[in-house]
Amino acid sequence: MDLLCTHSNLGANHNPTMNILVCISHVPDTTAKINFTADGTALDPAGVQFVINPYDEFGLTKALHVKEAQGGTITVINVGPATTEPTLRKALAIGADKAVRIDATPMDAITVAKELKNHISANSYDLIICGQESIDYNGQQVPAMLAALLEQPFANACVGLSLDNGTATATSEIDGGHATYKASLPMVIGGKKGLVEEKDLRIPNMRGIMSARTKPLEVVPATEGEGPTKPVSFEKPAGKAAVKMVDAENVDELVRLLHEEAKAI
Amino acid sequence: MSILVFVEDWNGAYKKASFEAVAYAKSWATMNGNRVIAVTNTSAPAGELAGYGADHIIQIGLGSTAMGIAGQLKELSAEVSGIVIAGTSLGRSLAPALSALTGGALSTNTISLPLSVSPLQVKRGAFSSKGIETIELNNDMPIVSFVPNSIGLEPVAGEGNLERREVSSNDALEVLSTEVASGKVALPEAEAVVSAGRGLKGPENWGMIEELADVLGAATACSKPVSDIGWRPHSEHVGQTGIQVNPNLYIAIGISGAIQHLAGVSASKTIVVVNTDPEAPFFKAADYGIVGDAFEVVPKLVNALRAFKAAS
Ligand SMILES: Cc1cc2nc3c(=O)[nH]c(=O)nc-3n(C[C@H](O)[C@H](O)[C@H](O)COP(=O)(O)OP(=O)(O)OC[C@H]3O[C@@H](n4cnc5c(N)ncnc54)[C@H](O)[C@@H]3O)c2cc1C
Ligand SMILES: Nc1ncnc2c1ncn2[C@@H]1O[C@H](COP(=O)(O)O)[C@@H](O)[C@H]1O
Repeated sequence: MDLLCTHSNLGANHNPTMNILVCISHVPDTTAKINFTADGTALDPAGVQFVINPYDEFGLTKALHVKEAQGGTITVINVGPATTEPTLRKALAIGADKAVRIDATPMDAITVAKELKNHISANSYDLIICGQESIDYNGQQVPAMLAALLEQPFANACVGLSLDNGTATATSEIDGGHATYKASLPMVIGGKKGLVEEKDLRIPNMRGIMSARTKPLEVVPATEGEGPTKPVSFEKPAGKAAVKMVDAENVDELVRLLHEEAKAI
Repeated sequence: MSILVFVEDWNGAYKKASFEAVAYAKSWATMNGNRVIAVTNTSAPAGELAGYGADHIIQIGLGSTAMGIAGQLKELSAEVSGIVIAGTSLGRSLAPALSALTGGALSTNTISLPLSVSPLQVKRGAFSSKGIETIELNNDMPIVSFVPNSIGLEPVAGEGNLERREVSSNDALEVLSTEVASGKVALPEAEAVVSAGRGLKGPENWGMIEELADVLGAATACSKPVSDIGWRPHSEHVGQTGIQVNPNLYIAIGISGAIQHLAGVSASKTIVVVNTDPEAPFFKAADYGIVGDAFEVVPKLVNALRAFKAAS
């Protein structure tokens, strides 16, 4: 069967339809000024606009490309409180078919990964697309944890993915270069720019926004308790001392400062 | 009990970040009277690890993927009260996989040594360098993955006892190929980074940027639009949505200093900005600034640095 179906002249249409899960985190916009509550124990959300994590936008568009090529269903999921629903609605407006919110206010990545695992175990997905990193807590944790819990293959920093009849070929960034992996689906990926090109990113159009209102957004109760880590406090990094300006005609002075003062060379 | 440290190698030698990882483990171990067990692939000389504090060195044939190695480290972690992993590209997949397999509480993006050991508290970067979080790992086998270059190297002698073991590795992921640019300094680990933006006008002008990087032994980087237009490869894109760097020296040439760019580079220890526009926001985040045309300043800087290198 494999031999016949992978034969090139049969084309992409012979690929099975795909049930794809895109894990979405809900994060402060990249331009947001970050402030913490007066007691320093949490982010102060006042004045912060929340968006789909930029890494997840690439994953969602990739899912749409796969669906368009071979048919299937795209589910977006977030583990979070009701305030994340606008982000899920936006993902529906971009083209996801249905959304799931697991109702929890997770304090760490392992709790998120376990909640996601519970959902995935009860629903079978062919492909699970995460982003490489959430730009809020910069964890880079959930995708690898999820893959380990599910015992599924995992490609992180994924900048290219092609699917052929249940087999995935993934290209990942590694230090100083790239690696190419092969795995049987289902698998988990941690995606980033390159998975699709930035110019191909989908944004919601009017029809999408209208239809998103009637697409299902299912709220599921949380099943996991507290995880083993907890934030103690947050602070802002120490500000820099004022910049020292050096005359453009006097680069020797810059070299001297870098050597003697900054000890950077 | 012991602190286990994962030692990654690179073309048959140890990665620089691996020495930092061993030194990290030694500092942690010293705080609670533990020993340091370093786990390494077989190819590099084990003695070098003792110089940074490894007491016991276990050589095993490591698997080739993060999941495979995570399974192996789990096997070795029975008598262990903490694990240290450098946040290299491999480490950033390995640490969370190992955390999920063992149940060990995890801090990634860690930028400090332990502030306290029971419970373990460390500082980590959050909100793309716009915040610093103090996190507590409440568990009997905390795992710390730290940002390379953020801790520094302290040579401290360890006992250096050597042992070989066989631990099998399993992963359903098959590695088809790897391509790594040889000779180039890998961006996340680089001690110096020379980065350029749209002010450079076109890809043909990167020769002087590469020369500058060459004199400094630096890696090259770029702003996001530069990689989006295709002047430079995506792998050089630094910033909030690109690679985050924290070298000793970051030189930004013809980059305006947008908030998303700064978010990925502001942890650098010394920042130098060259820009024609005295109002460029980057100057506010810089240690040293030159208002000037890159096409004049950079060649001069290359010459001045060559003269400095020749004299020292
Ligand atoms: C969601 C999102 C995520 C983003 N993520 C990132 C990211 O991760 N990294 C990133 O870099 N950007 C990111 N950006 C883009 C960011 O907002 C800026 O647009 C970008 O950093 C600007 O790049 P630049 O400084 O090279 O170009 P410009 O803003 O065009 O600046 C060029 C600079 O060069 C100077 N210049 C011109 N000629 C010369 C000369 N001859 N000599 C010296 N200087 C000269 C100019 O004065 C100017 O300051 C993101 C944006 C968004 C919306
Ligand atoms: N609360 C969440 N709900 C759903 N997916 C998440 C959540 N947090 C993280 N993820 C996924 O995991 C990726 C990496 O996140 P992190 O480990 O938090 O850096 C994100 O890009 C998402 O795909």
